[in-house]
Amino acid sequence: MGLFDKFHSLAANQRALVDSGVNPFNVVIERLISATEAIVNGRHTILAGTNNYLGLTFDPQCIKAAKKAVQDQGTGTTGSRMANGTYAGHAALEREFADFFGYRSAIVFSTGYLANLGMLSVLASRGDTILVDAHCHASIYDGCRMGSAEIIRFRHNNVIDLEKRLQRLGEKTANTMILVEGIYSMLGDRAPLADIVTLKQKYGAYLLVDEAHSLGVLGEHGRGLLEEAGVGDSMDFIIGTFSKSLGATGGFCVSNHPELDLIRYASRPYIFTASPAPPVIASTRTALKILETRPELRRRLWRNARHLYQGLDDMGFSLGPEISPIVAVRLPSVKQAFVLWGNLLDRGVYVNLALPPATPDSASLVRCSVSAAHTQEQIDYICKVFSDLREDAIALDAQSTAVNSHLDVTSVS
Amino acid sequence: MLQYEDILAQIYSVLQGIARDNREINETTDLVVDLGLDSMAVMELLAAIEDRFDISIPLNILPDVRTVKDLALQIQQLMVES
Repeated sequence: MGLFDKFHSLAANQRALVDSGVNPFNVVIERLISATEAIVNGRHTILAGTNNYLGLTFDPQCIKAAKKAVQDQGTGTTGSRMANGTYAGHAALEREFADFFGYRSAIVFSTGYLANLGMLSVLASRGDTILVDAHCHASIYDGCRMGSAEIIRFRHNNVIDLEKRLQRLGEKTANTMILVEGIYSMLGDRAPLADIVTLKQKYGAYLLVDEAHSLGVLGEHGRGLLEEAGVGDSMDFIIGTFSKSLGATGGFCVSNHPELDLIRYASRPYIFTASPAPPVIASTRTALKILETRPELRRRLWRNARHLYQGLDDMGFSLGPEISPIVAVRLPSVKQAFVLWGNLLDRGVYVNLALPPATPDSASLVRCSVSAAHTQEQIDYICKVFSDLREDAIALDAQSTAVNSHLDVTSVS
Repeated sequence: MLQYEDILAQIYSVLQGIARDNREINETTDLVVDLGLDSMAVMELLAAIEDRFDISIPLNILPDVRTVKDLALQIQQLMVES
């Protein structure tokens, strides 16, 4: 017996990946050309799996703000928000996030992952209950696990199942928090948020929505699903990230509860890490303004989303349930998804490969995400490559798995 | 209230629909080691049992569940509490 025995199956899977000559989980972007293009494996490649929904990573205004912040404030804060890591920009961005949603206050965290850890680890503790959608992101589950509340999953987007579980809780609903996402990251579908708000009010529970993939993407002003669903003022907590539509790295939580400020004093993921670097804060402040002032980016994003979704749908690919900037192509087997992914990259199209157990219903997904920065020609090219590769991908024998059919590189069990 | 034996019988019946082969299942069967259930299959198992008994099983119990017996005892406990 040794410390590394538990890694044996992981090592075997990793070797199979390396031996196959394609490792989808170790792609190196050799050189960035734009928000939608890069050199990968020495080849000019269209990036269609970056969650860069509005293409703001290369926005001239955001870059200018980031450059100025580096010049004026340096490359990093080298400290916690609790110590020397709160600059005027951090405080200003918190005010701006609260104003953006029309809520009382906000907290900025160092990443979106840490925002979920930082909030969930302290919000619900012993004696409290969390009702979490089965498709919620790993950061939500990890945050729950850091706390000591009872964690109960409900079936994905199933309001009837959620209500059944609220009923079972009886009076405990007053200490219960429901966790959902605006757009779910793997299949690109929205939560039935208005119905969930109705339930939360009926049973006196709390509601937290993670708008990671919907901020800047949904709603007239880009506030996310809560705006689109017309329930913008009914959330107890809104969580989000800078690392998608805002084009940087960081996270936030917004709330009307005055107790939000107390979280700072109890949240280890807030306290025991360095705060976001000045250029990150500066570009994010600029990007947040752009969400409101340039709605044409959202229109372009949705035009591209419809273009890709329709294109792949017409070819007969099995897709996520609704049109969304996340276009997930479901393949019958891990092997087929793996081969299609590799062939796409060989033809200069980068997308994400998502495999069980990281996917809902053990699906093997080739997951695309489109950007407002994609041109029509780029989307046409992506569609053409999918079309060229479709026959080969489907023809593969689902049983002939060179790669372990239970490929599990995301966890050590 | 359901007896322990009734709960056990229900678990066997659910497991027969999920386990990979026709392996014999008893109280000492380890859900992961013997039946090869991965995390998704364990979730399917819990969902089916939740429906049968009209309960919600908190994920927090999972670290304490290795065998069929562990699971049956946890369910019995949950049914006493609800």
